[in-house]
Amino acid sequence: MEFDFFLELFLGGLTRGSIYALIALGYTMVYGIIQLINFAHGEIYMIGAFTGLIVSSVLTMAGFPQLAVVVVAACAAVIWSCAYGYTIEKIAYKPLRNAPRLSALISAIGMSLFLQNYVLLAQTSDFLPFPSLVPDFEFWDPYAHMMTSPELVIIITTVIVMILLTILIKFTQIGKAMRATSQDAKMASLLGVNVNRVVSITFIVGSATAAIGGLLIASHIGQINFYMGFIAGIKAFVAAVLGGIGSIPGAVLGSLILGWTESFFTGYISSDYEDVFAFLFLVLILIFRPSGILGKSETQKV
Amino acid sequence: MKLTDELKKSTLAALWFMFLTFPLLVIRVNTVTDTVEWRWSNMAFIGAGTFFMSIVWRYMIRKKNKGKSQASQDRASALRRFFEQKQNQIMALSILGIFTLAFPHIFSMYQTNIMISALIYVMLGLGLNIVIGLAGLLDLGYVAFYAVGAYSYALLNLHFGLTFWFALPLGGLLAFIFGIILGYPVLRLRGDYLAIVTLGFGEIIRLVLENWSDFSNGPAGIPNIPKPSLFGMDLSLQAHTVYLFYIIVGLVIFTIFFINRLQHSRIGRAWVALKDDEIACQAMGIDKANTKLRAFALGAMWAGMGGVVFAAKTTFINPASFTIWESVIILCTVVLGGMGSITGVITGALLLILLPEYFRAFAEYRMICFGSVLVLMMVFKPGGIIENVRKTYKFNAQAK
Repeated sequence: MEFDFFLELFLGGLTRGSIYALIALGYTMVYGIIQLINFAHGEIYMIGAFTGLIVSSVLTMAGFPQLAVVVVAACAAVIWSCAYGYTIEKIAYKPLRNAPRLSALISAIGMSLFLQNYVLLAQTSDFLPFPSLVPDFEFWDPYAHMMTSPELVIIITTVIVMILLTILIKFTQIGKAMRATSQDAKMASLLGVNVNRVVSITFIVGSATAAIGGLLIASHIGQINFYMGFIAGIKAFVAAVLGGIGSIPGAVLGSLILGWTESFFTGYISSDYEDVFAFLFLVLILIFRPSGILGKSETQKV
Repeated sequence: MKLTDELKKSTLAALWFMFLTFPLLVIRVNTVTDTVEWRWSNMAFIGAGTFFMSIVWRYMIRKKNKGKSQASQDRASALRRFFEQKQNQIMALSILGIFTLAFPHIFSMYQTNIMISALIYVMLGLGLNIVIGLAGLLDLGYVAFYAVGAYSYALLNLHFGLTFWFALPLGGLLAFIFGIILGYPVLRLRGDYLAIVTLGFGEIIRLVLENWSDFSNGPAGIPNIPKPSLFGMDLSLQAHTVYLFYIIVGLVIFTIFFINRLQHSRIGRAWVALKDDEIACQAMGIDKANTKLRAFALGAMWAGMGGVVFAAKTTFINPASFTIWESVIILCTVVLGGMGSITGVITGALLLILLPEYFRAFAEYRMICFGSVLVLMMVFKPGGIIENVRKTYKFNAQAK
C-alpha cells in the first residue's frame, strides 16, 4: 500500500517533470543565447494551446477524421507559435540587444502582459475545455492504471525533443553558430556568423517546443485559459535554473527533480502550499548553487 | 523609390500580422453550442492598423538611431531653465500647493477618492523608484511589501486595537524587516535572477495569505478596518475622505523630500554608481550587498506605509488585491515616468492611474495598454517621459 502510493507519486512527478521540461527547454535555449529571461515564453506555450484548440475544433466540426485533426492542429500550433516567437523577438528584444539588461527584462514582462491580455480580449477569460488529442492505446492497457496513455506520450515526446535538440546543437552547422553566439556574440559576428539569424532561429525552435508542450499538456489537463502560461513558465524557469541554465540535459534533469519534489511534497505534506514550495526551492537553489546542477559557474570579468 | 520601398515594407508587415493574428482574433469557437464565429472585420482592422503602425515604428527607430533631435532638446532645456529660476519655482509650487489643498473642497468625494488611490500609487512608485530607478534592481515582488503593510494594520487593529497612527510606522517597519530578510540572501544574485526570486516571493506571500486562514482569514479577507481618526473626533464619511486625502498628500510630500535628500547623499550616489558599474564600484570600496540591501529595504518600507494607507482607505482587504500584476502596474508607472526621476514617477503614476479611471469605457484594454507601455518605453524612450537629469560637472576650458 505504502509502496503503491509512492509509485503513484513517483510517476506523477515524472509526468509533471516532463511537462516542465518541454517548457524549460525553450527557456534555457533562449537564455543560453542572449542571456535574457524570456518571460513571454509561457505565453507562447499558451498561444500554442489556444491555436491547437481553435484549429482542432474547427476541423472536428467540419467533419474531418480524428487523425487528420490531430496532425493539422499540431502543425498549426507549431507554425503560429513559431511566428509569434519570431515576431516577439523582432519587436521587443532585438532593438534592446545592446541596452542594459534591466531594459530587456522590463520589455519581456511587458510582452508577457500584452500577450496574456491579447488572448483574453481576442478569445475569452473563461476556461475552455480542451479535447483529448491522444487516444488510449490498446497495448498500454495493462499499465493504464498506473499511467495513462497521454502521460506516456508526454514523457516520450520530452525524451525525443531533448535528443533532437541535443543533436541540433552539438552536430549541425546552425548549432555550432548558436554555441559560438552564446559564448561571444560580437566575436561570432566578426567570424561570419549571422547573429540576428541565429537568435531568430533559437526563438523559433524554442517556440516550437513550447507549442508541442502546450498541446500535450492542455490535452492532459483537459482545459486551458489565458493565464495558464504564466505560472507554468515561471516554474519551468525554476527547473531550468535548477539544472543549470543554458544546458539542455540540465533543463530536463532540473525539471524532473522539480516534478518529483513537488509531487512528493503535495503527496506527503500539503497540497495548499504547492506553489510556495516551488518558489522556496528556487530561492534555495539560487542562494546555494546559482549555476545549477549541470551549469558551469562563471566568474565576472571587467 | 524610397516611398515605394516604405509602402512595400509596411504592406508586408500588415500581411504578416494578419497571418499572425488570424487564428486568435478571427476565429472564436463556442465549444458548448459547437458553433464557429468568424470575425473577418478584425482582420481588416489589424491589417490597416499594422500598416500605419509599421510606418510610425520605422520612423521612430530611425529617429532614435539618429540621436536626440536638436529641437526637442532646446524645448526641454527652455522648460528646465524656466524652472531653474527661484521665483518661478516658488510660483509654480505655491499654485500647486493651493490647488492640492483646495482639491477635496472643489471636487466631489468620488474624485477625491480616485485621487487618494492615485496618490497611494505615487507613493508606491516613489518607493519602487529607490529600488529600480536609483539602485537598478528589478523588484517584481514589490506588492508583497504592500501586502505586509496592509495586513499589519488590519491584523494589529483586529487583535490589539492599534490605531492608524501607530500602525503606519509599524507597517513600514515590518515591511522594512521583511525587505531585509528577503534581500539579505538574494541580493548577491545577478539582476535577472533577482527579478524571478522577488516575483516568487510576491507569490509566496499572496499564497500564504490565501491559505493560512487562521492567521489572515484567507480569501475572505479582513473587513471593517477603521479609517484614521483625528484626535478622537467623530468624523462623517466625507470628512474622513478629506482627512485621508490630506494624510496621503502629507506622506507624498514627506516621501519626495526624503528621496530627494537621499538621492544626493552618499548612499544615493553609491546606488547610482552601483547601477552603472558594479565592479568598478566595488573597487572604489563600496560594499555592494549592503548598499543594495539598504535600497531594497527602504523601498519595501515605503510599500509598507502605502499598504497601511490602502487598508485605511478601502477598510477591507483580501489577498486578491496583491497579485503580481499589481507589482507590474507599479513598475509601469516608474518606467513610464522615468526611472530615477521624482517628477517623472509622479507624472507617470498620476497618468496611469487617473486616465483609466476617466476612460471607464476602455477599462478592459487597461492591462494590454500597460503591457505595450512597458515594451514601447523600453524600446524608444528608456529614460521615461521626464528623464532624470544627472548632475554633471562641465569643465570649461575657455572660462578665463
